[in-house]
Amino acid sequence: MTIIDETADIPAPRGSEDHTGPLLEVRDLHVEFHTRDGVAKAVNGVNYSVDAGETLAVLGESGSGKSVTAQAVMGILDMPPGRIPKGEILFRGQDMLKMSGEERRKIRGRRIAMIFQDALSSLNPVLSVGYQLGEMFRVHEGLSKKEAKAKAIEMMDRVKIPAAAARVNDYPHQFSGGMRQRIMIAMALALEPDLIIADEPTTALDVTVQAQVMDLLAELQREYHMGLILITHDLGVVADVADKIAVMYAGRIVERAPVHELYKRPAHPYTKGLLDSIPRLDQKGQELYAIKGLPPNLTRIPSGCAFNPRCPQAQDICRTDIPPLHGVTEQDGTELPGRASACHFWKETIHG
Amino acid sequence: MPEKTAEKHVTDKAPAPGAVAEAGPAPAKARSLWSDAWHDLRRNPMFLVSSALIALLLVMTFAPGLFTSASPRDADLAEHYLQPPNWGHFFAPDWLGYDGQGRSIYARIVYGARASILVGVGVTVLVTILGTFIGMIAGYFGGWIDSLLSRLTDVFFGIPFLLGALVVLTTFENRTVWVVILALAFLGWTQIARVARGAVITVKQADYVVAAKALGASTGRILMKHILPNALAPIIVVATIALGGYIAAEATLSFLGVGLAEPAVSWGLDVSTGREQLRNAPFTLIIPSVMVSITVLSFLMFGDAVRNALDPKLR
Amino acid sequence: MGRYVARRLLQMIPVFIGSTLLIFLMMYALPGDPVRALMGDQAFDPAVVANIRKDLGLDQPILQQYANYLGGLFQGDFGTEIGSQRPVADIIADAFPVTIRLTLFAFAFTVFVGVGLGIVAGLRPDTLQDRGLLTLTLVLISMPSFVLGFLMQYLFAFQWQLTTPTVRDSMNFGELMLPAIVLGSLSLAYVARLTRTSMAENLRADYMRTAVAKGLPKRRIVGVHLMRNSLIPVVTFLGTDIGNLMTGAIVTEGIFNVKGVGNAIYEALIRREGATVVGIASLIVLVYLATSLLVDLLYAVLDPRIRYA
Repeated sequence: MTIIDETADIPAPRGSEDHTGPLLEVRDLHVEFHTRDGVAKAVNGVNYSVDAGETLAVLGESGSGKSVTAQAVMGILDMPPGRIPKGEILFRGQDMLKMSGEERRKIRGRRIAMIFQDALSSLNPVLSVGYQLGEMFRVHEGLSKKEAKAKAIEMMDRVKIPAAAARVNDYPHQFSGGMRQRIMIAMALALEPDLIIADEPTTALDVTVQAQVMDLLAELQREYHMGLILITHDLGVVADVADKIAVMYAGRIVERAPVHELYKRPAHPYTKGLLDSIPRLDQKGQELYAIKGLPPNLTRIPSGCAFNPRCPQAQDICRTDIPPLHGVTEQDGTELPGRASACHFWKETIHG
Repeated sequence: MPEKTAEKHVTDKAPAPGAVAEAGPAPAKARSLWSDAWHDLRRNPMFLVSSALIALLLVMTFAPGLFTSASPRDADLAEHYLQPPNWGHFFAPDWLGYDGQGRSIYARIVYGARASILVGVGVTVLVTILGTFIGMIAGYFGGWIDSLLSRLTDVFFGIPFLLGALVVLTTFENRTVWVVILALAFLGWTQIARVARGAVITVKQADYVVAAKALGASTGRILMKHILPNALAPIIVVATIALGGYIAAEATLSFLGVGLAEPAVSWGLDVSTGREQLRNAPFTLIIPSVMVSITVLSFLMFGDAVRNALDPKLR
Repeated sequence: MGRYVARRLLQMIPVFIGSTLLIFLMMYALPGDPVRALMGDQAFDPAVVANIRKDLGLDQPILQQYANYLGGLFQGDFGTEIGSQRPVADIIADAFPVTIRLTLFAFAFTVFVGVGLGIVAGLRPDTLQDRGLLTLTLVLISMPSFVLGFLMQYLFAFQWQLTTPTVRDSMNFGELMLPAIVLGSLSLAYVARLTRTSMAENLRADYMRTAVAKGLPKRRIVGVHLMRNSLIPVVTFLGTDIGNLMTGAIVTEGIFNVKGVGNAIYEALIRREGATVVGIASLIVLVYLATSLLVDLLYAVLDPRIRYA
């Protein structure tokens, strides 16, 4: 399969093409950063996959490696200091890490697009939003300046920015936070990519606006049948839109589950802690649970299970042996599809 | 003045219910801006080299006798007229040769440090005091006081520094180091005033200043205890970097014949007398020139290092 | 926009009057007397001196003198030199074209070489070439222009005999090259550093990451997204620097014997010709003010976040 389809006016066929299997598959990905204080191991063997039309939520604290993984997929890691010593990132079955710079550039924006957290700083302050949107069409589809502007207005309309034609020449700082994030979304969706990576798309927004932006994103994803990787630290955001969840801690996936199962029955103490720290109306007056301690320093990840210093259930084995990602089963041994937990005591956690 | 529209980031970043705490790894120990800067400086080779050079220059300023027994004014035309340097004779009077009047260049270099250092440090101190005072008053009180002082700053800023110094200094018959210091300070305070004004306006709106005001602290106390210490970092950065410039200015003015005059000893003067010998004895001009450059370079490097340490944005 | 320009122009008037008054006061109110300078060391008759002073209006109160001067200035009358009896306007007309050439030459050198070096270093911060440039600029900044001037003179004229030590024809571009390089080198160093820092800073900006994520070609990322933002502070600096170059010319013109404004003002200072000094200084102040206005307007054009306030 070749990636170069410069002249395509019709959207590239969605779904399988020649390739069957997941749209994106990350296999045993490792990322490290060489800093003055030593080597920070940001990602330590992550595996996940996304299908077309599916939403994967990657959940974790800052420093858990969730954004770094996404940046590696996108090919926008700063290298150096970043390095990918090991792993594969398969897009439609092809390992992007083995592609040339030019091949990867053609995938970026066109087949895989990204939405960043802070739209104000992520948009160029001295170029009009119309120009920045139109750039996608000019660079990837060779449209003229005028055609690109018309397309830009169309995209702004599609993400429901009022008076798009009048505002196309405005600059990012002239928009409100929610409107700016819509522009980011419009830019990411401009070429109808196969996969969208949204890195905390609503964190910088007011709570009321968060829901609107999230709904818009979900709606457009359904319309275009795109894969979506939603990176967040907010369990509340995830519940409504995601199909499956991967919880990350210290550069590893510690639990994987379909979204509702995770909420009902977490199989990892870290996930459990996260869920318990959500304030609930029926527990009014009680003290709110908080996971004690702080995320680990990535240059000195604790031996054994990285979560052991903060884990209420930690035993000796947790301090010595790194737990593999176990498949999670019912008490009677029936397999729970799509579920896994990297805890030595997953049985006790989910069933106990 | 055009101003940047405040890039107001959305402040409502309070984690939503169910959010995982976004806490980074805890710093080993809470450190203040100043101790943090000191921590950085001690490991910066540029800082170490430049401070060593500056220390050497300071010793030369106050105890030139430690470096040479020769006098910078003893002229022996018959013996030493344009005698070339004797590179092997370290620290001897003939080490760096003799100038067109038969004076030891090495002795003149040692004694010339005084003029450069006194002018550089003196002007910087005066300019910092004057500029900080004017800038703080303008920034803190605002209103018509600010307008008046800002226009005054514009007026002085509108006069090119070198031109103004030339005009002021030519009117003085007897130009001592102190006259040069006062003249340069009179013209040079504007930059610090602008920086101080900006810093004060920023600090003034900080909550702790508002709180101090609400608790009834006096204006003087607020200025000295709360505003000055927090506006100090940018002022110090500008001042240390300007210091090298004042040393260069003194040398330039003395070279032009409107700075220090004989019998004062100044590197700028020596360059000026050396220029007649540029063709046949270039060392008489080159050695004092190099000395000026090294001195300015030391203070520039020092200022650069201080800025990098104090300006967290650059880390 | 129009209103902003008008307001800025109005604001310039008191600053212009203030700056020229200050120079006027320094020239006339401080000790030192042009008439006596004219007489030299010879014996003089106090009555004759008093007469000359009266003819020149030097016996009037200083502010009255300034008002007279300003009145003349608005009619294009710069006054007359006491010693040579030449109209100051003639002296200016002779000297300004030379300095403008020299300044523009130095300015062009600053822009092309300074920005060029800055870009080269800024695109790859913390590499060998970056550190090399930082060192080179640090050395240039720490060399006062007379040091660099003599160094160039010594090397190019005496050692390699490529040029004459001083300029014979002040209107000849080829001969002005060496003085222009010396004059521009300090600004060049600042411009290179500023460009480099600005580029290195913007290289880390979030919108650069976005530009990469959009799949733009490298040429476009650097040419459109990085340069546009990075050069804004450089343009600001370059504008305000024109005035500095014009005063820096005092030293450079002296070393290379260029018959420009710097030379004229320096000679006038030595002879205490107030009218000439104030006349030339006023023009330089005017250039200063005009360029700073221009820079502010340009800034607003380049950076949409600027509002006219």
